[in-house]
Amino acid sequence: MLEQFFPNGMLHYLAGGLLIGAGVSFIFLMTGLVSGTSTFFSSAWSYFSTLPFFRQKSFLESRQWRLAFALGLALGGFAFLLTLGNGQAASTGVQWWRLLAGGALAGFGARMAGGCTSGHGICGLSSLQWPSLAAVITFLATAIITAQVVQSIGVLP
Amino acid sequence: MNTLRLLAVLAGGALFGFGLAWSTMIQPEVVLGFLQFDDFGLLLVLGGAVLVTLCAYLLIPKLMNKPLLGKEFHKHPNTFSKNTIVGSALFGVGWGLAGVCPGPVFAGIGAGNWMLLISGAAMFLGAYAHGRYVSR
Repeated sequence: MLEQFFPNGMLHYLAGGLLIGAGVSFIFLMTGLVSGTSTFFSSAWSYFSTLPFFRQKSFLESRQWRLAFALGLALGGFAFLLTLGNGQAASTGVQWWRLLAGGALAGFGARMAGGCTSGHGICGLSSLQWPSLAAVITFLATAIITAQVVQSIGVLP
Repeated sequence: MNTLRLLAVLAGGALFGFGLAWSTMIQPEVVLGFLQFDDFGLLLVLGGAVLVTLCAYLLIPKLMNKPLLGKEFHKHPNTFSKNTIVGSALFGVGWGLAGVCPGPVFAGIGAGNWMLLISGAAMFLGAYAHGRYVSR
């Protein structure tokens, strides 16, 4: 029964999820910051762009720690590669145009919605905010539809 | 922002990134497998992360007046508007197309999944387009 829903096992998913929560919780315990990921993209533009939108106070104030957070994410991935990952780099066969178009849409949409899977999904749900629940239900729905439509028209993967 | 606080954020981000890599969320195929109902592991990842964070967000402010390296616990209230739904709908289409969202892009690049550089660059451009769009 469970194998049907989790053909690749469950433990690594649970362990990873708990660690992700531990990371967000550690940042909150130490600094009091609520650490979503996608605002990094806008706050980082404040280093390069003179557009007033990117120069707003909240981006200028948070861009340093958001950069540290993004670097930390990469560092964690690298630490996994060196340890449990046995030095075998992750890879993907998903086509480049999907990564490109999907990335652009995800970047635009996350900024418009004020959060992504981490900001709305993890931080927002964990602080029991109903706008985040609405966001999560919406992006899960459109992501499921998109992935299944793309699969059904024969794009693999 | 002092150095200790930045180091704490770096360390927390590293835990987060390690968790993303361990749970194989840095492989777009695994995320797409969830969205195509082949493997529901992503729900365990999200559920596990929310369970821990929910406890932290509820309990820590009750046990302490302020964070160890800061003045206050941020609430970060999310406001609801049409943009929440339209933006999330667009985000979902992008996520369903690429199989990666912002966190796994950084963790994945760190773990050597170089193809994700494409999505990372595209997300930067998407965020720039958003800034242009709201400034129009």
